[in-house]
Amino acid sequence: MFSYYLELALRSLKRSPGLTLLMVLAIGFGVSASMTTYSVFRAVSGDPIPWKSSQLFVPQIDMWGPAGRGADGEPPNALDYIDAVALMRDHRAKLQSASYRVAPTMEVPGSGRHPISISGHAVYSEFFPMLDVPFAYGSGWSVDADTNQAAVVVISGKLNQKMFDGQNSVGKTLDIGGKDYQIVGVLGKWDPQPRFYDVVDTGGFDTDTDDVFLPFTRAIAVNMNNAGNTSCNSNPAEAGFAGMQRSSCVWIEFMAELDDATAIQKYREYLDGYALAQKSAGRFTWAPNNRLRDVPAFLDNQHVVPSDTKVSLLVALGLLIVCLVNTVGLLLAKFLRRSSEIGVRRALGAPQAAIYAQFLTEAGIVGLAGGVVGLVFTALGVLGVGMVLPKDIAALAHVNFSLLLLTLVVAVISALLAGLYPTFRASRVQPAWQLKSN
Amino acid sequence: MSTHPILAALRRHKAGVILIALQIALTLAIVCNAIFIIGQRVDRVNRPTGIDEANLFVISQQWVGTPEDGAPDAVEKIDSLVRADLDTLRRLPGVESVAATNSLPLFNSSMINGITLTPDQKNSTLSATMFLGDEKLMSTLGVQLVAGRAFTAADVQHQGFRDDALPPSVIVSQAAAEKLFPNQSAVGKTIYSDTKGTTIIGVVKLLESSMVETFGNNSDYYTIIEPVRQDGNISRYVVKTRPGQQAAVMAAARTALFSANPERVIDEDRGIRSFAEIRHEAYRADRGMAILMAVVCLIMLCVTAAGIVGLTSFWVGQRHRQIGVRRALGARKVDILHYFQIENLMIAGGGVVVGVVLAVGLNLWLMSQYEMPRMPVIYVLIGMVALLALGQAAVFVPARRASRVSPIEATRAA
Repeated sequence: MFSYYLELALRSLKRSPGLTLLMVLAIGFGVSASMTTYSVFRAVSGDPIPWKSSQLFVPQIDMWGPAGRGADGEPPNALDYIDAVALMRDHRAKLQSASYRVAPTMEVPGSGRHPISISGHAVYSEFFPMLDVPFAYGSGWSVDADTNQAAVVVISGKLNQKMFDGQNSVGKTLDIGGKDYQIVGVLGKWDPQPRFYDVVDTGGFDTDTDDVFLPFTRAIAVNMNNAGNTSCNSNPAEAGFAGMQRSSCVWIEFMAELDDATAIQKYREYLDGYALAQKSAGRFTWAPNNRLRDVPAFLDNQHVVPSDTKVSLLVALGLLIVCLVNTVGLLLAKFLRRSSEIGVRRALGAPQAAIYAQFLTEAGIVGLAGGVVGLVFTALGVLGVGMVLPKDIAALAHVNFSLLLLTLVVAVISALLAGLYPTFRASRVQPAWQLKSN
Repeated sequence: MSTHPILAALRRHKAGVILIALQIALTLAIVCNAIFIIGQRVDRVNRPTGIDEANLFVISQQWVGTPEDGAPDAVEKIDSLVRADLDTLRRLPGVESVAATNSLPLFNSSMINGITLTPDQKNSTLSATMFLGDEKLMSTLGVQLVAGRAFTAADVQHQGFRDDALPPSVIVSQAAAEKLFPNQSAVGKTIYSDTKGTTIIGVVKLLESSMVETFGNNSDYYTIIEPVRQDGNISRYVVKTRPGQQAAVMAAARTALFSANPERVIDEDRGIRSFAEIRHEAYRADRGMAILMAVVCLIMLCVTAAGIVGLTSFWVGQRHRQIGVRRALGARKVDILHYFQIENLMIAGGGVVVGVVLAVGLNLWLMSQYEMPRMPVIYVLIGMVALLALGQAAVFVPARRASRVSPIEATRAA
């Protein structure tokens, strides 16, 4: 029966090619605009570490007090040096790491080559196991290396390719900031977006990956300046990087792994206890106002998904709805034009269900054709937004199998929905009246 | 022409009429808001920076092997390197002016300080972007002094990257001056940043802050220039070239700086950038959003127009015989044309009324969700006129076809 409806549908669509083309294009445009903006939305709203994000927490401590809070009463989104180091020292989570962004210079061996600037993060040894950072060669460093301020470094696969042609470089040294660092690990491909371990500096997205990771303690010992954002509620009392470390300026990110509800509760209590201890020591003069959010909640709180992306998606969905309303109107016209044909079929014994099947098949074919057209437009659209949107976001939007499949599915479902009302009207055609009027 | 027969006919096509009206309403609601977004972005991109942007480029570079700040002589060492660099650049052929600076408008790297009128004031009067540069900065950027005096070499201090000492004199933008001292001259007044005081010696007409992601109001122009060479790991120079020589000077600058002192990093891609490029990058997101909205609007209007053509054509086909009868009874071609035009005007009019409500509702919702400002009425009016015109344009082709239906049709069997 289906093949018969298919044939009927195709014959009907061929009879009015203009109208058919119009419906197919409308669905194609509506679906592809939605899918294009969705591809961007999907890219920026994704979970960068889905298997673990609910166990990774970002603590926030209110070291500025009521005067430094925003209208929403939120404490700063990063830590000052004093609190970050205290949290590391107390070591109350299963794994934890403070980190800050560095941009040291690095000598490139070979005559006549200028030094280059590299980007990276100063982190603790637990950073790598906590974030499941993949290694191609070697591994992170030991806790001892943290304690000893060891001159060791983990480099990215990209830097390894550039400096060592991708060979295993563990044990070799790099001249960073005028000092030799021994390579202990080379990362595999690792480019989590949003950059959840450094939302404060990247705003969420970054086209550049980190070249190096060095021990936090080492970076502090050699006065390796923070290359990320610094926010101060009041100017540091002393000048220089040392003064920065004794100030309440915030420039350090912190992440802790807490595996279950008990651990989370305990850590909350610990943070409050810490703030109370600071209060009794006279450093804070206000009640604890801490936050402890897991990665998805923190990304949401920091508005990592740009509002432009959300508004674009909404507007594109609006376009899809307009296209669907358009299709409903055209299908209605098309179906009712065939009232006499329906009348004949009904008079010959076709039940209403048969009429539904016939006309929904026709709507489905329009949807499928619209979907195929939509595939092409979606591919073009994603290419187009890549050219006009900011690079850090555009780089993330891409066409893949699931997006293409979704395009087809959305197109067919939309067309079927659009076909429901016209089909309902068609099924209600009174055979007697139609036969009589002819 | 009486509208009664039109209304009577419309009542027989309720679903089709509602669908067209609904489509027009939705289109109006979305197009108004999208065009409003485009308008905002265009306004933002067209904001003046206050500087003379032509023939300007910026060098950002990092020192290698200089002691990180904290060492006692670090600042002095870097300062002598910076002065040597400024000298090297000044001597390049084609260079008109060179200055040291920490940032520029649209540079997206900024130092923002809370400014108060007394040392113990609790909440700051305004947050100002601080530009730190030498005495050549204002003339290189071409900012216009409107009161007081410019800096001389004697005013200029130098300090480390994390040193927040405030110099004894500063120059403020007019926007900041008016906010700090409404209706009086700011020159000679003292302002405070974190309890430290400084005297305003001059006012510049316009100087935009370095942050791009702000929302077009006066606070984007709260800027203060400190006569300070900031001697940190990263040094930044802004160079004004003679017309037509920018590309040559940009290329020569890299070579000259490296041959003067190779212990530095100048990034291949981003180390030396023209101001035109900085501007282009700064507004990429706004341009992208405007283009995206424009494309969506265009598609939506086309789809709606095509939908009207399609449905009206269908109605014309359906009413062939009736049109023939009307023609046979003496209706002129133009009467038939008008019939369909008025019919469309009535449907589109209904749609537009609903659309205005939806447009305002959508704007209010966007305001509550995405910090969008209120949409001025003019956008709604433009949208209304545009959609009514679109409806008329779309209906014209099928309506003309209808007007050409021959009176003979009346005699033919349906």
